[in-house]
Amino acid sequence: MRNANIRSLFVGILLLLGLGSISYAFEIEEQKRYSGANAQQSLSILSTADIAVFEPIILAFQRANPTININYVTSGSTEVMKAIYKEQAQFDLVISSAMDLQTKLANDGFALDYSSEATNALPDWARWRNQVFGFTQEPAVMVISEASFEGLEVPRTRQELIETLRENPERFSGRVGTYDVRTSGLGYLFATQDSRNTESFWRLTEVMGRLDAQLYCCSGGMISDVASGKLALAYNVLGSYAASQIEGRDGLRIVPLDDFVGVMMRTAIIPVGANNPDAAGRFIDFLVRLGQHPELSESTGLPSIVDQPLPAGTVMRPIRLGPGLLVFLDQLRRETFVRSWASSIEQ
Amino acid sequence: MRFLLVEDNLQLAKALKERFALEGHVVDHAEDLSDAMTSTSTVAYDLILLDIMLPDGDGRSFLKTHRGKAERTPVIVLTARSEVSDRVGLLDLGADDYITKPFDFAELEARCRAVLRRQGGSVNNAREFADLVFDPTTGSLKVSGEERGLRNRELRLLEVFFGSPGQIFSKTYLMDRLFSFDEDVSENAIEVYVGRLRKKLEGSQARIETVRGLGYRMIQQS
Amino acid sequence: MIRFLVTSSIRRRLVFQLSIMAALLSIVFFVAVRSVAEQAAADTQDNILAASATSIADALYSERGQVRVELPYSALSMLGTISEDRVFYRIVADGETVTGYDDLAVPKADQGQRAALFVTEQYRGEEVRVVSIARAVSNGVRAADVRIVIAQTRRGLAQISSQITTNAMAVAIGFFLMATALSLLAAQSAVAPVKKLAESVTRRGPKDLRPVISKTPGELVPLVDALNNFMMRLRASLTRSEEFIAEAAHRVRTPLATVRTQAEVVHRQMEKPENRKALREMIRAVDESSRSAGQLLDHAMVTFRTDQLEQDEINLATLADETCDRLQPTAELKDIEIVRTFSKEPATIFGDRILMQNAVRNILDNAIKYSPAESVITVRVENSSDQAVLSVIDQGRGFGDADLGKLTSRFSRGSNVDDIVGSGLGLTIADEVMQAHGGQLHIEPNKEGVGACVMLIFDRSL
Repeated sequence: MRNANIRSLFVGILLLLGLGSISYAFEIEEQKRYSGANAQQSLSILSTADIAVFEPIILAFQRANPTININYVTSGSTEVMKAIYKEQAQFDLVISSAMDLQTKLANDGFALDYSSEATNALPDWARWRNQVFGFTQEPAVMVISEASFEGLEVPRTRQELIETLRENPERFSGRVGTYDVRTSGLGYLFATQDSRNTESFWRLTEVMGRLDAQLYCCSGGMISDVASGKLALAYNVLGSYAASQIEGRDGLRIVPLDDFVGVMMRTAIIPVGANNPDAAGRFIDFLVRLGQHPELSESTGLPSIVDQPLPAGTVMRPIRLGPGLLVFLDQLRRETFVRSWASSIEQ
Repeated sequence: MRFLLVEDNLQLAKALKERFALEGHVVDHAEDLSDAMTSTSTVAYDLILLDIMLPDGDGRSFLKTHRGKAERTPVIVLTARSEVSDRVGLLDLGADDYITKPFDFAELEARCRAVLRRQGGSVNNAREFADLVFDPTTGSLKVSGEERGLRNRELRLLEVFFGSPGQIFSKTYLMDRLFSFDEDVSENAIEVYVGRLRKKLEGSQARIETVRGLGYRMIQQS
Repeated sequence: MIRFLVTSSIRRRLVFQLSIMAALLSIVFFVAVRSVAEQAAADTQDNILAASATSIADALYSERGQVRVELPYSALSMLGTISEDRVFYRIVADGETVTGYDDLAVPKADQGQRAALFVTEQYRGEEVRVVSIARAVSNGVRAADVRIVIAQTRRGLAQISSQITTNAMAVAIGFFLMATALSLLAAQSAVAPVKKLAESVTRRGPKDLRPVISKTPGELVPLVDALNNFMMRLRASLTRSEEFIAEAAHRVRTPLATVRTQAEVVHRQMEKPENRKALREMIRAVDESSRSAGQLLDHAMVTFRTDQLEQDEINLATLADETCDRLQPTAELKDIEIVRTFSKEPATIFGDRILMQNAVRNILDNAIKYSPAESVITVRVENSSDQAVLSVIDQGRGFGDADLGKLTSRFSRGSNVDDIVGSGLGLTIADEVMQAHGGQLHIEPNKEGVGACVMLIFDRSL
């Protein structure tokens, strides 16, 4: 958080100095420009991925394409949606973890077609309409602090988790963290998919509500708070973030819940009105071939698309691209869902 | 020798009969095929002269029947038809030779001789005079058993003398027998052949004698 | 086109017509398959759209007088199962949008129509298939008229359609090619009997006029009958011609033979030299005319035969040998010796045996006639890789200074042969026979002294 603040300040200074030439109507979190060695063109990317996570990829891409200046802007997934859908903001590439929103952009005609050798090599389930291209597979996991579970069996399923939380209200009260589905697009996606996948979702939400669950906008904050001991567990955290943040810290543990593990894909689209769709296409090619750069997967913690069954022993429930994702974006459906969720979590 | 002449032209048949008689051959005449059949079934002929266009049929059918009976009697066909079309068919049917009308008698005679000679020594035609043995068919002449080769004209000349030993033959007669009508030769030519024949008869008891003003004859020396 | 059909071969016509039929069938097949398959694909999309709309209709409910809907997950996800098409939906209650895309038009439907209504229209720049179903939802007071409209783009359909088009095209082309190949075979086999008939007639020798008896299909029977009929008439006509020539020869020669024989008999009885001379001249005249008549008739027969030349395998040496045998008695009459010099290997040529015999016989006959008594005639057959040559070399008077080229023209004779019976036709006949066989008659003076050398030359290169 502190780093982010410093960056915001830095961006602010840049803006003041007149170096940042564009201002945006929607709310941005970070912005950074990467100048190519002999730049002739520019590529502006709107993304939900933090600069800290994504920078190695951008730099690697720029090494391969030194003629491209990159302007990297990050924002929340809902804001990203708003920027493209409502404001027609000028970006060449939109990268988001909210598969549903990306799908809606494509469905409602806000994405350009793109196909190349690289995208054609993607498995069918990792692309939709040659407009939405998945390039990571990231499971939703639970992160716990081992100290908080001392003397307790670490739950392996949601049912066990519900029982553990119910039986130890004193230990977990105020110490359970999860996404606020009202503000986090990814949180809403995970929650709605959970509700589809298991009956225990609503009971879990209710138990967490009774334990005065803490609500977060982003995975990063949740994991920090688990690390600091403020939280005993964080539910539905992005496994990739968790892995990279836990590294080197003792007492933290990633627990996949074995009844099922939701898996989301980070996706990229080229919005209509892109100034430089060619460069955007090259960036997409680079992203979908992330598997060819294991060192990048290593440093970013972003697992690349692998067209093979996920690790054995766990029940993976990949979230499918397609019109099904539009259902929970229906205003009535969302209204109903959020109302139910809010009444469960805020008791 | 005995020949059968199957010929419907009576004048021609008569002339041929007379001519062959001169050579010492007996010729029976049959006017048509049925006549010829009758004759061949009763008499064994040395040679058959067969015309092919006959009032009661084609001579070729006779030829066929004749050869079918495995008869070895040689047949010379007399034809007045086109050579080109008939030739092969005739020889294929078993004719030994053929001659196209009209013909020079000398040629017919030569062909008869050739056919008989080819027939081989089945018939012994040898005739004797003094110490000579002469077979006009094969052309063989033996003087006291010693073979003397004769050329064709010498042979024919000798044959004339052998036909009637002692008889005087005029030069004209001998010329008629030796030369064809398209040869213009003087009477002296006959002297050349008589001279040659005398040479062949040297050392024999027989000789050709000149009868002044009349001609020649063959006599036995005493 | 009609001209083409009339003049081209039956086979080509059959192939052409069958191919056109195959092409038409292929097109019909293509169109039928494509329309059926496209209809099926369109029906599939309509069915899924209807199912989707129905599942949404089932999720309608009323809450505090408001029509609401909890969109089932499957309602839209099922639309993504067969294609990656864009999906739009709108739910309208009494003209008010409940949820969905409020610019999506509601198809006009008759009041009370409950069945799904399908239309195809443009939406957001793309063609979409729209389904609309109507439901009445009671809100406690009255029933609201709810319309569920679902639209899906038709990209998947277009893809399926182009795939079907490609497949149908491939199958149609395959069908066409196969049908054309089969029609080729069919035409081949249909025409085969005609070909067979033509071959069996072509293979025949020129004299083979037997009727065609090979089995032919019913359609060809009239043709074969006509052919056989024609051959029968031709054969009759040919036989008549040959018979005529033979008969003519007979008619001319028989009386001549009688005259000659009688003249000979009379000649012998004549004593006076002038009478004998007169008779001899008469006999010569008879010989001359009979020979002329004979050669004229031979010539007619030769001309007749060269028009329908047979191709027998002939060994020149055997032919020469037979001819020598045949003329031996004639030569012997003049004590002429015939020397035969034949090459060892057979000198084989192809030609009409009867004509060749006639030519060789004429030449040898001439040589005997014009040779003095007790001379030698050499008959030589030479064989080399490029020619076969039969030569007759005599020691006669030769042809003097007569034009050798003219010697072979009809009725021409050497200038110094007045006293020898014979028309000039002998060489003419030989020359014509040679020309008919692609060979040549060559006459030159005897290189070894007096006399002439007549050569029959057959070039093998021809």
